[in-house]
Amino acid sequence: MGEFEPKIVGFFCNWCTSSAADLAGTSRLEYPANIRPIRVPCSGTVDPVYLLRALREGADGVMIGGCHPGDCHYITGNLKARRRVKIVKTILESLGLPHERVLLAWISGAEGAKFQRVVTEFTNKLKEMGPADLSKKWQ
Amino acid sequence: MAEKPRIGVFVCHCGLNIAGVIDVKKVAEEAKKIPGVVFSTTYVYMCSEPGQQLVIDSIKKYKLNGVVVANCSPTLHERTFRNAAARAGLNPYRVEIANIREQVAWPHEHEPEIATKKAIRIVKATVERVKNNMAYVPYEISVNKKALVIGGGIAGIQASLDIAEAGYEVYLVEKSPSIGGKMILLSETFPTLDCPQCIETPKMTDVSQNPRIHLMTYSEVESVSGYMGNFKVKVRRKARYVDVDNCLGCGACVEACPVKNIPSEVDRGLTNRRAIYISFDQAVPLVPVIDADHCIKLTYEKKVAEGKIKRRSKPGTVKICEKCQDACEPKVINFKDTDKIEEIEVGAIIVATGFDLMPMEKLPEYGGGKIPDVIDALAFERLLAPSGPTHGVPKRPSDGKIPKTVVFVSCAGSRDPAHGVAYCSRICCMYLAKQAMLYKHAVPDGMAYNFYIDIRSNGKGYEEFVQRVREQRDLIYLRGKVSKIFQRGDKVVVWGADTLTGQKIEIEADLVVLSNAMVPSEGAKELAQKLRIPQDEYGWFNGAHLKLRPLETVTAGIFIAGAAQFPKDITDTVSQASGAAAKVISMFAKPKLTKEPLIANVDTEICAGCGICKEQCAYGAITIDPKKKVSVVNEALCEGCGACAAVCPSGAMQLRNLNSKQVIRMVEVLTEDY
Repeated sequence: MGEFEPKIVGFFCNWCTSSAADLAGTSRLEYPANIRPIRVPCSGTVDPVYLLRALREGADGVMIGGCHPGDCHYITGNLKARRRVKIVKTILESLGLPHERVLLAWISGAEGAKFQRVVTEFTNKLKEMGPADLSKKWQ
Repeated sequence: MAEKPRIGVFVCHCGLNIAGVIDVKKVAEEAKKIPGVVFSTTYVYMCSEPGQQLVIDSIKKYKLNGVVVANCSPTLHERTFRNAAARAGLNPYRVEIANIREQVAWPHEHEPEIATKKAIRIVKATVERVKNNMAYVPYEISVNKKALVIGGGIAGIQASLDIAEAGYEVYLVEKSPSIGGKMILLSETFPTLDCPQCIETPKMTDVSQNPRIHLMTYSEVESVSGYMGNFKVKVRRKARYVDVDNCLGCGACVEACPVKNIPSEVDRGLTNRRAIYISFDQAVPLVPVIDADHCIKLTYEKKVAEGKIKRRSKPGTVKICEKCQDACEPKVINFKDTDKIEEIEVGAIIVATGFDLMPMEKLPEYGGGKIPDVIDALAFERLLAPSGPTHGVPKRPSDGKIPKTVVFVSCAGSRDPAHGVAYCSRICCMYLAKQAMLYKHAVPDGMAYNFYIDIRSNGKGYEEFVQRVREQRDLIYLRGKVSKIFQRGDKVVVWGADTLTGQKIEIEADLVVLSNAMVPSEGAKELAQKLRIPQDEYGWFNGAHLKLRPLETVTAGIFIAGAAQFPKDITDTVSQASGAAAKVISMFAKPKLTKEPLIANVDTEICAGCGICKEQCAYGAITIDPKKKVSVVNEALCEGCGACAAVCPSGAMQLRNLNSKQVIRMVEVLTEDY
């Protein structure tokens, strides 16, 4: 068996982080293929249930990519996401799971390089942390 | 979808862009194995005419009720394939894109095997989504074919004239007593040296005489509700104390006013005005306004009303000043005037609120506004303007002498993150060149220095103009930043550097002109909140897309023009104003507007009317039906962000075609092993 390859589900805002991912691709910036993207209208669309469900289904990490504070296409969706992610992190911690498995990042449509960096760093971090195995733990 | 899924998967090679990395045939083969997929294929360029035809023919042939196209980013061809589906008789909202180019093939071009597996995963997830996509039709919204233009500078004037010219009514709201904005106060305009009083006043007059333009000066937007096509706007008509319709503009009242020591706003404090005043000679409307904070009569009445002083005689028996009223021939002065709220209904709004200059106080290294002979560039414009306080021959504020040495300082605050302004204000290089030239015309034996970092002269005729200025005698360009400005006797000392020769420079000047950074106009933030439109980190209004949708804001029906968006010169401002007007006109030209139907939707069987969703909605689109006690989504207001659905405790609120069932299915598929 080779190196542990974490599974990461990414919820990317249509207006910024998804565009940043497009830009990273267009610019041929390479990053690990572990991230599995879902395009959503806004980081504020992401129901906390989606994050927990992804972990339960076997994801080792979940990433939410939204617009920088103040830049939200829907005015304040990203701020709502920030609050919700904070709560999810608290829930994870109280269940004895490291909150670092959930990552919220502000990546604008112009930040292809940042997308590459954040995804690479998150993947590497999850590799270090090892499998979450929540799908087994939570059964 | 209620019927059995019959989904077609179309995998694009994109030449070698996708097929060079991803095994597209394998993706199509794997797709065919997904339950519900009845057809899958690949094609070299799916977006080409034959590619689209392949999709259309397959929809018809296999009676597809859902389509997944695995190709490039949905920002590029989602619309292409939705339109193709519509041509084949399939509802366009049954089509989704799996982005396997930008988000798979390109970033993983050196891992073809893993890229292929990832692409299969994404296609599978997208198929699962499409299985539950419903058919929708765009909403139709009626349009109130009247526009509101906020700001009466050259941008607002141009936009109003264009819209009125097309046959639609316009309300032009300007907060100051006259339209004209910053432009009307300038001396001459670069690079042609046209005088704005000559070229802008005809437009101002056109505005005032156009029967389709309702001019609302000395007025501000109080609140905005509604949505694209149907805005309700409350406008505060500030008390002017003079009847605009019947005033003759003779100015007798102004002459009679004994309060003479109020710094003039338009002359940037270089002159004083009275308590009743006309902003400038070419004001439109040419009607004075009483400054209630300084008027003897009005301040007295205010104190009486507040109980701070007692009236010594019976009301009306003894005059409290009232000299303006006495001098007024047509008797149009009304001291009892009050602010009035006028409600207007419009279909579109253009924001053209312009800019201000960074206040002197924010530039302590340049004297912080405490040195009288250090002035900002708009003040110097007034000194150079033939209609200004010195009739075109600049005289310095401290002693009224004609300055023989003038230093112009570029980038006073601009391009300087320490001052919170990292951007270039774009027009300073040009107007400083113009000011230096006009100064030399007015004072031929004067000496002008211009400190600059870089010269930015990228407009038609601009570089030639700067070169012309630089060839003038006794007009020296010095490449370097000014570090400090201070008073020494009756001179102003400027310390700077000439980075081309590496020398430190000290100049004893009579007058220093700073090109203060351009900043968003006062009140921009409050207006942004009222209109629910975003601003950037500096407070400039943001277009929906910097490159491709610069005139539209993210709030449908609200547009921006001119320097409210970012510093720009008059040419660009006028172009943008006409552009924004064209957007409004094209909106009004349609019988009905359409709006994306992918918005939030309530299942009233489940909804308990708790109202948590309502709190989350940034658009005020959700109300609670008082009778049925359920949430109601206003289809015209909802933008489809899904913030409400994310918090709904019962799952009654869902985003159309991205409901929680769909997302969770996608999550399940995406978390399977590669």
